[in-house]
Order: sequence, then structure tokens, then C-alpha cells
Amino acid sequence: MAEKILMKGNEAIAISAIRNGVDGYFGYPITPQSEVMETLMKEKPWETTGMVVLQAESETSSINMVYGGACCGKKVMTSSSSPGVSLMCEGLSYIAGAELPCVVVDVMRGGPGLGTIQPSQSDYNQITKGSGHGDFHNIVLAPASAQDMYDFVDWGFELAFKYRNPVIILSDGIIGQMMEKVELHPAKPRMTEEEILKVAPWATVGKPASRERNIITSLALEADVQEAFNQKLKVKYRKIEENEVKYSEYMTEDAEYLFVAFGCSSRICEAVVDELRSRGIKAGLLRPITLYPFPYKEIARLAGQVKSMMSIELNLGQMVDDVRLAVEGRCPVGFYGRQGGNIYSPEEIVEQFLKFNNLK
Amino acid sequence: MKEEIIIAGFGGQGVLSMGKILAYSAIMQDMEVTWMPSYGPEMRGGTANVCVILSDKKIGSPILTKYDTAIILNQQSMDKFESAVKPGGLLLYDPSGITRHPERTDITVAQIPAIEVAAKVGNSKVYNMAVLGGFLKLKPVVEMENVEKGLGKCIPARYNDLIALNKAAISEGMNSVLEITGK
Repeated sequence: MAEKILMKGNEAIAISAIRNGVDGYFGYPITPQSEVMETLMKEKPWETTGMVVLQAESETSSINMVYGGACCGKKVMTSSSSPGVSLMCEGLSYIAGAELPCVVVDVMRGGPGLGTIQPSQSDYNQITKGSGHGDFHNIVLAPASAQDMYDFVDWGFELAFKYRNPVIILSDGIIGQMMEKVELHPAKPRMTEEEILKVAPWATVGKPASRERNIITSLALEADVQEAFNQKLKVKYRKIEENEVKYSEYMTEDAEYLFVAFGCSSRICEAVVDELRSRGIKAGLLRPITLYPFPYKEIARLAGQVKSMMSIELNLGQMVDDVRLAVEGRCPVGFYGRQGGNIYSPEEIVEQFLKFNNLK
Repeated sequence: MKEEIIIAGFGGQGVLSMGKILAYSAIMQDMEVTWMPSYGPEMRGGTANVCVILSDKKIGSPILTKYDTAIILNQQSMDKFESAVKPGGLLLYDPSGITRHPERTDITVAQIPAIEVAAKVGNSKVYNMAVLGGFLKLKPVVEMENVEKGLGKCIPARYNDLIALNKAAISEGMNSVLEITGK
């Protein structure tokens, strides 16, 4: 049986990075995710796997170290929280433009600006729609437990290398700070130089006589060249949307009312569904696990089944726009949220649900 | 079985580590657990609390407003959490420093004189284990052998000699808990 350890979501990210053969972590401390680098520093993986762990002088620097490491075909990552991730957005655009793999963890806190240090989901729009200039998408994974934090690092790198695309693990202060049981899967070694040549033939690792130079850049001065690249990205994004959507459903089979919630909010909504079911109201929950690609089709399918939907988010209403896009007016879509680091209780959501649906 | 617990007191009383030991003990008997601390600027020298949920089944919301048990170690926490105990639930508190004692009559109220217990055992740092002992006497949600294993997981190997002291505080806490009112 695999070992089960009690750990915080943030610690799970760090332990998973070491055990899944990550080559480098470059970060800068910020609450509520500082335990990621603290754990890495405590574990000293440079003495065991050879993984590099470095505290950079800023988030701008961290993301550019990730950019550099990714150019060499290495598994590299960083983590931060909302204000720090804003500083990384320029780098993310360059990494997407250079088509490089990397994993970035955002443990969200309240904003805008420096905001609060308590949990929030206020970076949904930024991470899924606008984490930098230009026409690109991050692949966005939304963990809801410490186990997810552990598992998504490896899954993130798998997707990042498969599509040569940045992957964001969009977490929050609750999932980062909460301790839960985490099952450790067998450890994987770091990739050897030979393996890197195989999985990343584009990597800039030195030019042998046998091939042309590998060039990694996001600069294309000619309009036609840039457009051809944009079209290539479009094909990639359609493929991601076709193949990588992941979501989970809770009590949706006979549901007459649907909640849509991701991350920590999906956990809270499970309790809401249980409470409503105990009162004879057939509620269900759809949790998007990938936020990009978003489960539009699955929500559209349920729109034909339920009387109404509610998007529950720790923000002013961001994912609800995607829910409405999926629903296309087929049923009423409501929203309830809290902000600033305040968290809704299941009872509070039940009350809002009853009000929205004119039920008692 | 599902037990939803809030442990609340001052930073430094061992609230968070008590929750961690309880959670680890439950893992040792193959239960699901969540440990969700309050975190934020209020932790520096102020109040600290942690919500621990132990369950045979997968746990949904780690955030609650009503609890089966409230373990309360200062007046501020009493003011905040007395009303949050579910009817028929348990409120266990350390009477030292409490100026307004609980008034609920629909719950079990019990006292644990944990400062005295820790002094008797000979080390003020095991205060929180005295409280844990009191709780486990009233609600034996985890078996003692698993608590020992949980302690072993939470205490760094170099302090393994302290496990016996912690165990002594737990069992002395069990002997010293005082039930004030039954439900």
C-alpha cells in the first residue's frame, strides 16, 4: 500500500515536484503559498535527485528562469499567489509564444492590488483568459484537495510536454493551507539527457553536426509568419479542447438544479448538495477540473435537464460567464460569491439557492 | 462516523499541533481527515483556531459553521464558538482565564484544567495534550494506540523521547476532565 501522509496542499506541490522528477523550481515567497519553497528548501532535493531550487529576486525573475530552463527541455516550475502571478504574466506570454512546457502554481488570494492574504478565486479571468498579451491559452487545472495538488504536478508536466504549452495549477488559500491525507505514488527519476532529446527534440541543448540549429523565439517580424504561427496555435488549442476536458459530477443523474463550482468551492458545494437532497430538493454539482479547456459541452447537456444553474465562486462572478456561454439561455443561470478572503458556509449558499429559485 | 471539531485558543497554546496530532491519529486508523486552520494577520500573537474533520467517508466541505465539538481555550473563542456547537454536541473548555462560562443547556459542557495537568506532568508544553486527553475521554473517536502512532508521526525523530511525556499528559488529561452538564 502506498504511504499516506498528512500534509498541506502547498507541501504536496513541493513533495510531488521532487518525486516526479522535476529539474528546477524558481520562486519568490508570498502568502498563502510560501510553504512550497519552504518545503523544497527543507527537503534539499539537490542532494538527492539533483533538482535545483532557487529563490529568485522577484517573480519576474522566477518566470524568466523557468523560461530559460524550459528552453533546455527541462521540467521546470514556479509558484506564487495572485499579485506575484501578475508579475509573471509577461513571461507566460513569452513562454506560450515560444511554445515551451512549464508548470506554474497560483495559490489565489483576495485582490485586486495587494489585496488580502486569505483565500479567493479572483484570478479565474486572468489565468483562463488573459495572463499576458497576445493570442494564447494556458492549460488550467483546478485542484480541490491536497491529493489533487500532489497529482496535478505530474499531470501538468505531462500536458505541458505533450502540447508544448504552459500549464497553470489554479489553486487557492484553502487548498494550499489545508492539511489532508496524501497518498504518495512511486517516485519517478528526472529525465536523462537522452530522454530529453527524445521527448523534446526542439530543446536548445547544443547543436550536433547532424541537424540544423534549434531556435526558440517568440519574435516574428513578418505578418504572414506571425499569422501562420497563430494558426498553428489555433490547431493546437482545438486539439486540447477536443481531448483534455476533465470534470467531475456529483449527484447530477436526476438533478433538477445544478451547481457549478471549481476548487475549494466545489468541496463546499458538495455539502450544499447533501443538505438540499436531505430536504428533498434534487440538486447536483458539476466541478470543472480543467478550466481551460472548459467543459462547455457537459454543461450544455445538463442545461437541457435542470430547471436552473448557479455558479458559486469566491469572486464577483467570473466563471459564471463561461457557464452562461455553455447554457446559451436554455435555463436561468444564477451566481453567488464572497470576496476579500471571506468564505461562504454551506448554509449561506443553501439560503441563496432557495432565494434564487423561489423555493422554501 | 463523522466528527466535526473546532479547536480555538491563543497562538502558542498548541491549538494547531493538537489538531494535527488528532488528524494524524485518525489517518492511522484509516479515516479521512481535513485540517483547516484560520490563517491571516490575526495569527500573530492573537487567536488561532483549526477545524478538524474526521470521517469514515470522503469529506466534502472543510469549512463549517456548526460543530459536533468545540474545544475552547480562551474567552475570545468562547464568545465566538459557544453558539456554534450543534445541539447535543460537546463544549470542552479550560476554565482558566474564562470570565464568562458557557450558558448553553442543550449541549454537554465539560472542563479540562489543563494548566494544572501539564504542571503535574512536569512540562507546560504538553498543555495541549492534556486538553486532547480530556477530549478523548469524552469522545473516544480514535483509539489510544493510534494516538501514539499519530504522535510518532508528528514529533520529529530527534524528540522521540518526548512521546512518553505527551502520552502521560494525555492520560492525566483523561483522568482530570470534569463534566459539568449533560445534554
